[in-house]
Amino acid sequence: MIPFCASLILLLLSGLSAIPGRRGSSFWDRLSLVLGMAGVLLGLGATIFALLEPRPPALSLPWSGGAVFSLRLDGLAAVFLLPAFLLGGCGLLYGTGYLPHAGQPGRSTWIRTFYPLLLAGIALLLVADNGLVFLIGWEIMAMAGYLLVVSERDRDEVQQAGLIYLAATHAATLVLLGMFALLGEEACLTALPAAGSLNVATVPFAQAVFLLALFGFGCKAGIMPLHIWLPGAHAAAPSHVSALMSGIMIKTGIYGILRITSFFQVPPPWWGWLILTLGVASGIIGVAFAIAQHDIKRLLAYHSIENIGIILIGAGCALLGRSFDLPAIATLGMAGALLHVINHGLFKGLLFLSAGSVIHATGTRRMTAYGGLIRQMPLTALFFLGGAIAICGLPPLNGFVSEWLVYLGLFQAGLPPTGPLLAMLLAIPALAMIGGLALLCFAKVFGLSFLGTARTKRDTIHEAPPSMLAAMGVLLAACLWIGLAPLTVLPLLSRGTSQWLGQTALSEPLLTALAPAEYISGAAMLLMLCLALLVLAVRRGGKKAIPRTETWGCGYRNPLPRAQYSTSSFAEMIMHLFNWNLRTRFHREDANGIFPNKASFHSHTPDTVLDNFLLPVAFALAGFATRLRRTIHQGIIGIYLLYTALTLCVFLFLSIFFSR
Amino acid sequence: MTNVTSSLLLAVILLNFFILGTSRLGACIRVVALQGALLSLLPLFLYGVNIHSLLLSAGALLLKGWIIPWLLFRAIRQVKIRREIEPRIGYITSLMLGALTTAIAFIFADRLPLQPEHMQSLFIPAALSTLAAGFLMLITRRKAITQVLGYLIFENGIFIFGVLLTEAMPLMVETGVLLDLLVAIFVMGIVMNHINREYSSINTEHLCLLKE
Repeated sequence: MIPFCASLILLLLSGLSAIPGRRGSSFWDRLSLVLGMAGVLLGLGATIFALLEPRPPALSLPWSGGAVFSLRLDGLAAVFLLPAFLLGGCGLLYGTGYLPHAGQPGRSTWIRTFYPLLLAGIALLLVADNGLVFLIGWEIMAMAGYLLVVSERDRDEVQQAGLIYLAATHAATLVLLGMFALLGEEACLTALPAAGSLNVATVPFAQAVFLLALFGFGCKAGIMPLHIWLPGAHAAAPSHVSALMSGIMIKTGIYGILRITSFFQVPPPWWGWLILTLGVASGIIGVAFAIAQHDIKRLLAYHSIENIGIILIGAGCALLGRSFDLPAIATLGMAGALLHVINHGLFKGLLFLSAGSVIHATGTRRMTAYGGLIRQMPLTALFFLGGAIAICGLPPLNGFVSEWLVYLGLFQAGLPPTGPLLAMLLAIPALAMIGGLALLCFAKVFGLSFLGTARTKRDTIHEAPPSMLAAMGVLLAACLWIGLAPLTVLPLLSRGTSQWLGQTALSEPLLTALAPAEYISGAAMLLMLCLALLVLAVRRGGKKAIPRTETWGCGYRNPLPRAQYSTSSFAEMIMHLFNWNLRTRFHREDANGIFPNKASFHSHTPDTVLDNFLLPVAFALAGFATRLRRTIHQGIIGIYLLYTALTLCVFLFLSIFFSR
Repeated sequence: MTNVTSSLLLAVILLNFFILGTSRLGACIRVVALQGALLSLLPLFLYGVNIHSLLLSAGALLLKGWIIPWLLFRAIRQVKIRREIEPRIGYITSLMLGALTTAIAFIFADRLPLQPEHMQSLFIPAALSTLAAGFLMLITRRKAITQVLGYLIFENGIFIFGVLLTEAMPLMVETGVLLDLLVAIFVMGIVMNHINREYSSINTEHLCLLKE
């Protein structure tokens, strides 16, 4: 545990050492980068060595007031820590090119100060072994996240996004405080219960603990009705911060749900059903919202909600397997969920970073302003394409492997003897639909941004600097590695799964028997080979010059770049299909007659929960409070004294009433 | 001794009614001073003559019977008013309310879980009804000076409670309370002067403009 603590301290120092560079001195800036990278590498090393040891390393120091500062790095934490450090390191590297220190020293320093702090908070909460340390890490993460979201605080939308994020995260913290209090004093101050050590029937508030944990952690994870902060905050933050928030920070919510459910030996079946249902809902509605977006980062943020849905489907499957004592379902579901946690961290990080490069080059987040970027930014386009293939769950990249594990787990429920879990099979078409919609969405993003012709003329578009490309390259390599050689990550997954199940024996033999990963490797290699041959064949045979013109020119003589498909028109059909939930507002003027007027079509999709429900309710409440204050708050001292006297009288009478 | 303290407390309650019912400020200040002076005798009769009660009595008499009334008289001389003209609730009504609260105080004190030696005494009802009278003054009067008087009556009520606890409470605390009172009255006198200079009257309603 000592190297791990040292890495946390290095990260803190990295944040602190960025502060003296706020006037533009690049020495402190480099020192901060070096310290941060050292912390990340040390953390990665410590996590890997912890996995090699048979018993999870732990640290426990006496603290004030009977509390213990106790840390434990077990298999479940390691699954979340590895992508955290990897993506954190890539983000640090990316940040040097994304916000060059020479350009805006103040803002750059701001981000460099809080970025390592966010990473350190996440790492601390993942290894925390009691409620107190967990909540400290949780708050460090929440506050650092807020400060990073508002790093461009002179814009109104950023301020608003920050405010909503702050409200959501503190609602979650409040609920978690209650949850830990119900879990008991030992869990709060000394050590969390071991996995599988609690019994739902004997723990007094087990159901309440589960519901509170689901709400508190669900807020952070962005489960569908609780996702309100997510799109705004992800869009407002700088890109490498969005990558860390979407890739890792929201996963701490998943970690919390998994950790809390792991305590109970046999969770009641409705926990699993609830999580499975929430997963299906988050997945489908999340991706439907994503299709309707025009802002590339909001779109990616809604995809995070979708992927949280996929993770929850795996987790729900595992919980149900555990409730009915079916180890195959539990192992496959949990392995799929954990692998998707890692994968989503990697490919969503990659997508946010490459989207950041595009924003960096074009200066806007609106996809309607892009087009034809593949010619100016070929490498960024390649990285984005890699991330898009991975997030759609297509081979040969890593997204396919984790969804495949979840599918395997769900299909296990249909194997004879079919038990009470037959209804779980309904999640399979839902998962397939999520994948299909994601493919549609990324066809839209990639086609509109990188293919076609530029919609607005820009001469300054340039490929990203080498540091940013290197960061994206590392992530793509990791994605490819998991996609091509899934056998190498199975040991890690089995460590996490058996930790969650509370088994001492490793479930690795079971997992390798159930999931024939070597076939996946073979198929993926074959696919890569075919692709390479195809590219080669096209290169060799492509002597004839292909005429280039506007995409979807529709046979007109002089098509304008503006006449290409737009984000609204590409997704119109699917938006109409989902309009019962999306409530998209369409503004449409058709071209009619022989001499048509100007025609236009655009759409706007507000967030259903936030814009159509929470904000109106909040405004109504605020209006009521204002009216109430005008009535009772008149500025006459006598009236205030009367309130005091009445309150005193009420308390006096209450004291008499209750003392008898 | 019980007789003497009981009659003292009865006198205090009667003086409450006088203050609630009169509009002349000079008389009000004199009566509040008299009430304070009567109350300052209480420790002597309750605990006999010893250093603690002697000091307490002397201090209370000096402050409540002499220094504070002197400060208040000076204040009304400076702001040149003699009467509270327009209370929020009329004198008759506030007298009725005072009677009502006194009755409630007596009923209420009967039902409180008290120490046996305080069970039958007049201390608790007197304290409660004085507190209520002070509150009534504070709520119903408009002039800053009458509100200060209400505050003083309120403090007298607390003092009656405090006397019951004299043995439990160190002298320092009592002294501190008295000193606080003096400072509070001093500050209120200055504030009143300023209100008068700003608004040409000491009606506290003008201060409503300052809300928010």
